[in-house]
Amino acid sequence: MSGTLTSIADQVRPLAAGAEVVGIAWLGEAPCFALADGTILRAPEGGETRAPAHPAGAILTAVSDAKRLVTAGDDGRVVETLPDGTSRVLAETGGAWVDALALHPDGAIGYAAGRRVTARDAKGRTRTFEAPSSARGLSFAPKGYRLAIAHYGGATLWFPNLEPKPDLLDWKGSHLDVVWSPDGRFVVTSMQENSLHGWRLQPDRGHMRMSGYTAKPRSLSWSFGGAWLATSGADAAIVWPFGSKEGPMGKAPRECGVRHARVTRVGFHPHVNVLAVGYEDGCVLLVRFDDGAELLARRPDEDKNPVTALAWDKAGGRLAFGCQDGAAGILTIA
Amino acid sequence: MSDKIPVTVLTGYLGAGKTTLLNRILTEQHGKRYAVIVNEFGEIGIDNELVVGADEEVFEMNNGCICCTVRGDLIRIIEGLMRRKGQFDAIIVETTGLADPAPVAQTFFVDADVAERARLDAVVTVADAKWLSERLKDAPEAKNQIAFADVILLNKVDLVDEAALADVEGRIRAINPSATIHRTQNCAIPIADVLDRKAFDLDRIMEVEPEFLEPGHHHHHDDEIDSFSFRAGEVNPDKFMPWISELTQTEGPNILRCKGIVAFPKEPKRFVFQGVHMILDGDLQRDWKPDEKRESRVVFIGRDLNERAIRDGFMACAA
Repeated sequence: MSGTLTSIADQVRPLAAGAEVVGIAWLGEAPCFALADGTILRAPEGGETRAPAHPAGAILTAVSDAKRLVTAGDDGRVVETLPDGTSRVLAETGGAWVDALALHPDGAIGYAAGRRVTARDAKGRTRTFEAPSSARGLSFAPKGYRLAIAHYGGATLWFPNLEPKPDLLDWKGSHLDVVWSPDGRFVVTSMQENSLHGWRLQPDRGHMRMSGYTAKPRSLSWSFGGAWLATSGADAAIVWPFGSKEGPMGKAPRECGVRHARVTRVGFHPHVNVLAVGYEDGCVLLVRFDDGAELLARRPDEDKNPVTALAWDKAGGRLAFGCQDGAAGILTIA
Repeated sequence: MSDKIPVTVLTGYLGAGKTTLLNRILTEQHGKRYAVIVNEFGEIGIDNELVVGADEEVFEMNNGCICCTVRGDLIRIIEGLMRRKGQFDAIIVETTGLADPAPVAQTFFVDADVAERARLDAVVTVADAKWLSERLKDAPEAKNQIAFADVILLNKVDLVDEAALADVEGRIRAINPSATIHRTQNCAIPIADVLDRKAFDLDRIMEVEPEFLEPGHHHHHDDEIDSFSFRAGEVNPDKFMPWISELTQTEGPNILRCKGIVAFPKEPKRFVFQGVHMILDGDLQRDWKPDEKRESRVVFIGRDLNERAIRDGFMACAA
């Protein structure tokens, strides 16, 4: 960070979430924090409420599509929380941890407990698939009802409601998170071996290897147009160009927000090329992508608690963030 | 190191008494809370929300290290358990009776996220006093489990006489000269002798019988597993570090375990290391005590190891 960095940290409304923030969703005007202790904290301006979504469990993962927040835990439950704060149990595995989730725009969800992957369509019909090893990450294709499943040895593309055999995209190693590019052309996984792997589905099934990280790149975020993929796992946000048909091969990624601390979360603004970057020491920067200009949204904290979640609201005027020690905040951009 | 969660890996051939030990740990009043990662889900008759089923998925690391395997499910489960940080004091990983302990142990050194949060405290192996000698002949897994152990519970001692016990202990020593051996019946043992040892059992290295340290003085000889221990005075770190690093890189596939306590000149603290195959982990730990002899001792356990070459290499590091 340069000495001239402009701070907008005074525009943050701090929040004591009280437990590790696993995920954040904006439901209407309310930022909702999914906490490791099993509760959902709703924090609209002027009032906080807590709901025990997983009363006996820890939340392991959370996803949202702005219409609902879905959480899954070590209690084996998949729980949906709606903008009015009500919640209901969507699925129960009988105790097997659910630690991967995906939402489909039409209301379907995918979840995984160990090797067993379940897809539940908008009408509530479920189909299951046994992955070759524990399913680590799930992601629905932007179009059609097709689920990508990351596991050891590659990723599987599965049409839950159709007969064809699931399609294996193979690549040696252990694949963790998976994302589908907004145009449906690329599937990208994060890997145990501190790298990303991508498959170009059209036209040639080409492989894309993106390496050089110092840690596993566990946070992946597409820019609003899908031309860029921002990633964590290095001392800067590493942003890969996906704007052309070939993808990022042969092109250098951009590095945003270079500091002497590892990036733990990244989140692209929903409408402009601004990237929110969270670090292992609790610092949050906003980086304007086109010229690299930086704004300080949160100073590094003394205890060096990593930023564990970031989420922009729909309009892009507010950014909610949360840390491992339960500190959180809401930045309003003036 | 202090705030890392200690992890005990519990191994043992089928029927040796692993589940008995686990049930003791989970039911006895000892004021500690354990998260337990089990494989044979359901065998444990304890209703505990911190008992987690695992799949024993052994993954090759795609990092150019041929013998580098990890337990992928363990990485996933430890990541999940950390969401309940503060609700337990230690983690116990139970492996199946036929499991190779290496991938489990390596997981704690190879995965940076796991290594940051947890430390491998000890590999504890439960062995059946009556049947171990037979299993060592026909089951390579049983042999690996003995070779890997820091602590061995020689269980069911009520089923054999003293002569047979001495014989089986001799066989254990031939494979693993440095593990702490406890004789037990129904795995009855104070929990503190097994869990959260903080490398305490490494001190056993210093007590390895002197004659064992002399070349050619094996009590029992195992046909398959070589184990030997060498002693020297102070060693030169500028010679020792490259030597041990090179040795584990080239001989790694054959080295099941190595460990040692090393004295460097003018260094008030003991250098303590341990390794699994090609992976090596070491640091300066407590001070040498005033009445402690500043000696260096190393133990190697493996297959097809060249004892002479390793001894000569170690001795050449003398300060």
